[in-house]
Amino acid sequence: MTELFECILIFALILCAVAALHSRHLLSAVVIFMAYGLVMAVLWALLQSPDLALTEAAVGAGVTGILLLLTLKKIHALDGKGE
Amino acid sequence: MKKLHWDSFADWVNGTTPEPECPPLPELPKKRKPRRTRPQDPAHRIRIFSRLYRVIALAVCLCVVSVLLYTLFQLPLFGAPDNPAVNEVSRRYVEQGLSETGAVNMVTGMILDYRAFDTFGESSVLFLAVACVMMLLLRDQNNTTPADIRQLQRERAAEPSCCDPILQKVVAVVFPCILLFGIYVVLNGHLSPGGGFAGGAMMGAGLILYSAAYGMDAASRFFSQKHFRILTTSALLCYALSKAYSFFTGANDLPSCISLGCPGAIFSSGLILVLNICVGLIVACTMYGFYILFTKGEF
Repeated sequence: MTELFECILIFALILCAVAALHSRHLLSAVVIFMAYGLVMAVLWALLQSPDLALTEAAVGAGVTGILLLLTLKKIHALDGKGE
Repeated sequence: MKKLHWDSFADWVNGTTPEPECPPLPELPKKRKPRRTRPQDPAHRIRIFSRLYRVIALAVCLCVVSVLLYTLFQLPLFGAPDNPAVNEVSRRYVEQGLSETGAVNMVTGMILDYRAFDTFGESSVLFLAVACVMMLLLRDQNNTTPADIRQLQRERAAEPSCCDPILQKVVAVVFPCILLFGIYVVLNGHLSPGGGFAGGAMMGAGLILYSAAYGMDAASRFFSQKHFRILTTSALLCYALSKAYSFFTGANDLPSCISLGCPGAIFSSGLILVLNICVGLIVACTMYGFYILFTKGEF
């Protein structure tokens, strides 16, 4: 059961990575990247390293995305339609 | 007379480069002639370039992937007993970590006792990073004109983002929980998973959430630039001072006057609790400082 869950999570991880690269809109790319961080945090917890899971959930799924969004706002990439 | 290279370089640095006295290139038209046979259309060139770019990028990616896969198959099996990582160092950590450091959480015992010097370096890196961002982005009287301030006020007046009632209600419930959990993780770093880095990241994320919901000015009421400076520098100094005996004796593990206490109690494992608090404060301040400097440029 756990192995099936791990397989689903790893598949979702690869899917998120590819989707973040291929999304046309920068905002959705950042959101997908944050989802990647969240899946990674669950995987760390499954790999029995809760220390890393806590840090990844706070940094990978939270602060990195916020800093990326702030950068997009600074360079006015969210105003137009995006590419 | 021919100038020395150094003189011409100094002229170039000073921006006083005279016109180069070399004769006008006579063979330039000859060279250009064969180029005219090539397609001059910029759109066509861009198309060729992008096609070439894709092919080369694909080739580089395939090379890197194959090298990584090859390395992966050369690695020893995960968890095999004769791995090079299974040596006397990790055995010592596992067997005597609890009795030597007093920390139930072995990871914290490692990074804040055996490897405290490395963690000090990481904290200093965070401090230097936020100091560099402050140098670049901090706004004060010396690098701001009144026109900048007026434009900033106009931008801020045009943004209705800081009065979203749904976000504010949710944050009012969630923010204390995040902050309390961060403090709990920092204080329990030697007993449960987590520690200074994880708890500090949580506290920083909570502060960012608060200032995103209630506006910058609400957060700067209880966390000003003065607080920021005092907190980061005193946390770093406190870390250095509390591990100074280890730094100056070459980490020879002299007998410390602070007892390790009973493992599992909150006041145990010597100085690890203090070090955890210092690291947590530095990380939280760094995260919040990055956010506030990126958005507003001042505290």
